[in-house]
Amino acid sequence: MTLNVSNLTVHHGAICAINHVSLEVPTGKLAAIIGSNGAGKTTLLRTLSGLNKPTTGEIRWMGESITGVKAENLVRKGISHVSEGKSVVPELSVRENLLLGAIWRRDKKEAKQSLEEVISIFPRLGERIEQRSDTLSGGERQMLAIGRAIMAKPKLLLLDEPSLGLAPLVVEQIFQSIRDLAKTMNLTVLLVEQNAMGALKIADLGIVLNLGKVVAANQAQALIDDPAVRAAYLGY
Amino acid sequence: MIQLLNTLLIGITSGGIYALMAISMVLVWRSTRVINFAQAGMALLSTYFGYEAMVNFDSFWIALPVAMAGGALFAAIIEVVFMRLLVKHSSSGPIASVAPIIATLGLLGIIRAVVSMIWGGQDVRITGPLSNDGFSVGGETLVFSPLKLLILVSVIVLMLMLSILFQKTNIGLALRASAYAPEIARLSGVKVDLVRTMGWALAGAAGAVAGMFQTVNGNGTLSPDSIEFSLLLVSGFIAAVIGGLESLVGAVIGGLLLGILISFVLMYVSSALFFIAPFIILLAVLFIRPQGIIGAKAGRRA
Amino acid sequence: MVDELRVYQGASIAVYVVAISSIILLTGYSGQVSLGNGALMAVGAYAAAVAHISWHLPIVACFFVAVIAAALGGALLGAAAARLSGPYLAGTTLALAIGLPSLANQFSILGGEQGLLFDVGFPPLSLGEDFTQYKWFFWIAALATLIMMWLLQNILRSRYGRTWRAGRGNEVAAQLSGINTGRSKILAFTLSAGLAGLAGAMLSMTIGTVSPSAFPLALSFSLLTGAVLSGVTTLSGVMIGAVTLVAIPEVADVVAHKLGTSESVTTNLPGLMVSALLIVTVLFVPNGPVEQHRARTAKKMAAKNK
Repeated sequence: MTLNVSNLTVHHGAICAINHVSLEVPTGKLAAIIGSNGAGKTTLLRTLSGLNKPTTGEIRWMGESITGVKAENLVRKGISHVSEGKSVVPELSVRENLLLGAIWRRDKKEAKQSLEEVISIFPRLGERIEQRSDTLSGGERQMLAIGRAIMAKPKLLLLDEPSLGLAPLVVEQIFQSIRDLAKTMNLTVLLVEQNAMGALKIADLGIVLNLGKVVAANQAQALIDDPAVRAAYLGY
Repeated sequence: MIQLLNTLLIGITSGGIYALMAISMVLVWRSTRVINFAQAGMALLSTYFGYEAMVNFDSFWIALPVAMAGGALFAAIIEVVFMRLLVKHSSSGPIASVAPIIATLGLLGIIRAVVSMIWGGQDVRITGPLSNDGFSVGGETLVFSPLKLLILVSVIVLMLMLSILFQKTNIGLALRASAYAPEIARLSGVKVDLVRTMGWALAGAAGAVAGMFQTVNGNGTLSPDSIEFSLLLVSGFIAAVIGGLESLVGAVIGGLLLGILISFVLMYVSSALFFIAPFIILLAVLFIRPQGIIGAKAGRRA
Repeated sequence: MVDELRVYQGASIAVYVVAISSIILLTGYSGQVSLGNGALMAVGAYAAAVAHISWHLPIVACFFVAVIAAALGGALLGAAAARLSGPYLAGTTLALAIGLPSLANQFSILGGEQGLLFDVGFPPLSLGEDFTQYKWFFWIAALATLIMMWLLQNILRSRYGRTWRAGRGNEVAAQLSGINTGRSKILAFTLSAGLAGLAGAMLSMTIGTVSPSAFPLALSFSLLTGAVLSGVTTLSGVMIGAVTLVAIPEVADVVAHKLGTSESVTTNLPGLMVSALLIVTVLFVPNGPVEQHRARTAKKMAAKNK
């Protein structure tokens, strides 16, 4: 049950954002996707979750091809995407945002349990459960976004820059939480990050994108030790 | 004193009908971010469906659901065919922001013309289920009648039902999420296109009720050129604006306020102002509190 | 010997040219959708008629009165609507279009439901016997139109025109550039209304009376359609819209006769055609055929030069 991407090409109009990308993420592994701005990281996630349509190439998940399947249908196949920019619905309460995540699920009892699970992972959400989500702090909103994604009972979690705009201490917490829940729930995770070091430290694998192409893919630790990667993305 | 009471009650009843129109406009706005000027036209058409049902079954209580179902279906079809066409062809250029407005106005014109073509030559009447003779209170006859009471109660019941739908059900959550944040809704597995169509269907049903009540509350005649229709057209929009366009509660308050205001203007100022009163009230509201009584956060830009 | 009907239609075209220009000025140049120009035409028409009947002014003066009265109305409307845009403005003017003409029913000086007579009299004898009254109407209308269009072109090329175009594109940016968008909006409304008033007076001249039934909501719809057909952003296509609007009832008549339709279908066919045309045009040819052609030619040139 791997995530398998072969020869994926995605265009934004005339611009090629993803250029013949192939990658593979085994089940239960956390892959950090790093690269500079405009490298195509967000486009990659959006194509995997069905928001963008690929021009060519194939995506396989859980043994079947999901290329070109629409986003609202991919959720049912266990793919949850937390898009960039703290994707919560500001007008809805914390509870409603979480329930939104579970809205497609038929198993009402287990959905309730999921809610309690999310609150135990992110207790702050429990404290604010009835509040409108635009009253939450940046870090809390990110937790809510991730919590909503968890409520959909995913097997593949796509996270787009969860650390963006957050204070360093909060970033630590978020990364730790991601690591923990990935392990506990045996999730396959693709973590897109500008914060390359933070992401690689919690990851099993690392993939470096530049200008729409994969320029490096290896065990996370290997990338951390790689001088070229260090110079370009890790700052030392 | 009696006159005051009468004026108030008349106003509340008409206001309830305007509230229903406003609700349908708010529903459309919230699900697709479009102000649909054709809403009153759709309500008109639905009322004609109700008329046909009256002709065949001679019962208001059958005609009303028929009108609602017809209205919902028609609205859904319009959403799928017309609105998606609109989005696909959203142009660039100076007319881009006003193109949806113009398109819905065109739709209004088409509906009016077609309705006149099909039913134009006939004398179309709908009789209400209850008497419109006023209640007798202590020897005086009010204008308020069993029919008007029914209208008022129905509006309240409908509003409550819609509130429950939106706040307490999964479908309501999907409707709201699709309106506020369609991409997040999609990523949660919500079929946003389908949900939007549902929003329009609900609006169509609400409009149908407004059209039916507006007809039986007046003299029972139905026609695209009638005063009643023009009022419905204009008041739905005004009531929605007064209420701020974002909330159903606001729509109801807007409708009631408008109905009461118009009623008082007609009774105590001058009946000559009948047609211009809605315009003046609208201007006054937009001047004093541009975001409406309940208020939306966004400004008055399209 | 030109058919009287064609002369009458010629005069109608002139009326529509001025009326549609009023919409183009408002919508195309300053980006506002107003449905009130039909009502403003009524204001102009009534003003002209009252000036003629009560004060016995000559025709030219009556037209002036029409323009000024309507312009005043437009200024008021503009001031009131200054804070509105988009659908709010459209809805407000919709309410105005429905409400204003029927005000005339209430005041006897405005003739009530039957309205007032507006008789500009017969052409001077020096023009000969063959010069019918309709020809007289036509020439007055044509002259007024030409003068107006010339004036309008100059205004649009002036800094006011540029100001409006700036405000239309991006109001915030325009304001930041120091343009008083509120004031320029009011100016646009005023000028547009003046044009509409003139068109209203011209319309009344050709039909000989002024009454509320001459200015229904459908008129505002027709004007909007004519403007979109002409190409809302430019005056060059105005004739297209005007001719189409005058042609539609004729075409509808022919179609109705060929199909042998009932009366209710026949009376409503023009309205249906206008609305359908409006939708089709705004979706597929939103900037008007003139602009569309320009854009296509420009694209071709660019492709050639690559």
